[in-house]
Amino acid sequence: MTADRAGDASQVHVSLRNITRVYPAQAGQPDVHALGPIDLDLTKGEFFAVVGPSGCGKSTLLDVIAGLARPSAGEGVFEGRRIDGDVPDGIGAVFQDDASFPWLTVFDNIAFGLRHAGHGEAEVRAQATYALEFMGLKDFARAYPAQLSGGMRQRVCIARTLVLKPRLILLDEPFGALDQQTRLLMGDELLRLWRETRATILLITHALDEATMLADRVGVMSARPGRFLEIVTTHWPRDRDSTIVSNEAFGRLTSRIWALLRGESLRALGREQGVA
Amino acid sequence: MKSPGLLRAGLILLAVGALEVLCRTGIIPSLTAIPPSAMVASLVEILRSGRFAADIVATLRNVSISIAAAMLVGVLIGTTLQSLPATRRIFDPLFATYYAIPLYAFYPLLIVIFGLGDLPQVAIGFLLAVMAVIINTLNGLDRVPKVLLKAARVHRLGPVKTALKVRLPFAAPYIFTGFKLAVAYSFIGVIGAEFITSNRGIGYEISFAYNNFDNPVMYALILFVLVVVTTINMSLYVWEKRLLARRLR
Repeated sequence: MTADRAGDASQVHVSLRNITRVYPAQAGQPDVHALGPIDLDLTKGEFFAVVGPSGCGKSTLLDVIAGLARPSAGEGVFEGRRIDGDVPDGIGAVFQDDASFPWLTVFDNIAFGLRHAGHGEAEVRAQATYALEFMGLKDFARAYPAQLSGGMRQRVCIARTLVLKPRLILLDEPFGALDQQTRLLMGDELLRLWRETRATILLITHALDEATMLADRVGVMSARPGRFLEIVTTHWPRDRDSTIVSNEAFGRLTSRIWALLRGESLRALGREQGVA
Repeated sequence: MKSPGLLRAGLILLAVGALEVLCRTGIIPSLTAIPPSAMVASLVEILRSGRFAADIVATLRNVSISIAAAMLVGVLIGTTLQSLPATRRIFDPLFATYYAIPLYAFYPLLIVIFGLGDLPQVAIGFLLAVMAVIINTLNGLDRVPKVLLKAARVHRLGPVKTALKVRLPFAAPYIFTGFKLAVAYSFIGVIGAEFITSNRGIGYEISFAYNNFDNPVMYALILFVLVVVTTINMSLYVWEKRLLARRLR
């Protein structure tokens, strides 16, 4: 498959070539070909969403880009440097599972990365306070994560990430555990954050409407081993929000993605039930 | 009596009162036990006169050394082993049977190794206490959610920083349980060892008073140990509850 380029090549922020991930054979089971080959270029500042049937390797793809997992073959490049087994500077990530630190207050959670990076306490205070306000957490600065709802805790994780000013933000189903209304509102906040930080965002989601609503481009993946079947460009204006779901193009785009995915999802389902 | 606290206090008072009456009326002979009020009076006298000050200081110091060493070494061994799964598999069964070993049986050996000073007592207290810290440290570290370790990597924390800033803080409530046990085991180990062979310490003086039918001293020192251990454990319990209150989901 050829790489889909949505912009000028000089603006390429992340470049994946021939990325493959194979889990070696274990206990009489054959090798598991989990992902790829994947070719993808992310343009600087774009919002890219990945949808695909469960188990197609979406999260593995994110782990490879984040430097949390090594590809079995192929090469990933972030800002001109090879991604090689370590998390490169300038990348932030938010996961589906709550990653807030339960022993720290909301404020200290958000200040965690800043302190680790060695910023002075005055600057930590200023930056963390800004992030608290940006994510609507100002009144909860002294609360512990246990006192917050799931949506609020995920906001803490997003604030903790954005305060470090990452140039690439990776989101692995960050709203997967939230209810539909909260998800729509979190989507709005994400768009606002994306516009203000000018970061490149890669969002993994199982919610097709979420992908369509948020992204400039939606990469539709096949069942395992995950490959891009097609990359759908939404052509939304940069200044958009969740009201876009009432746009007639929204329904058309979502239907198109579903048409691409339906067969793959059935395949994934059949495979899970051993019908293959 | 509506709250369990009041009920508990009432029960203790009732038992103490009953003992007082039984002793005063001679149903319990004075050679067996003395009334609680006499125990308190004797303890006050002992503390005021400073008669056993050197023993009390020696015991509390040895217990403190045992606790501190067990905490430090226990957390270090636990953290190291948790990051070395292969080595840990070798030791796990040994840890599981550790408390089946009657440590006091090794007392002669400890005297041979450490001499007749305070060290054998400290060693017994430490050996009893350290395993509780190791086991609870391992247990806590095993429970660190994978996503927190991922978050640590995304924050570009190295292995040592990850242990200090993420893994150990997460495991803190479990390690705290180990510390509580370490306090109890250190008292048991040190005072028990003082009973066997030692020429000072609270355990030695209790044993000495027992052999000389000196019930006022014996019961006063027993009461002292009881009060100290209960106070420490209650304080730790309150502290632990406060720590856990913010963690409960």
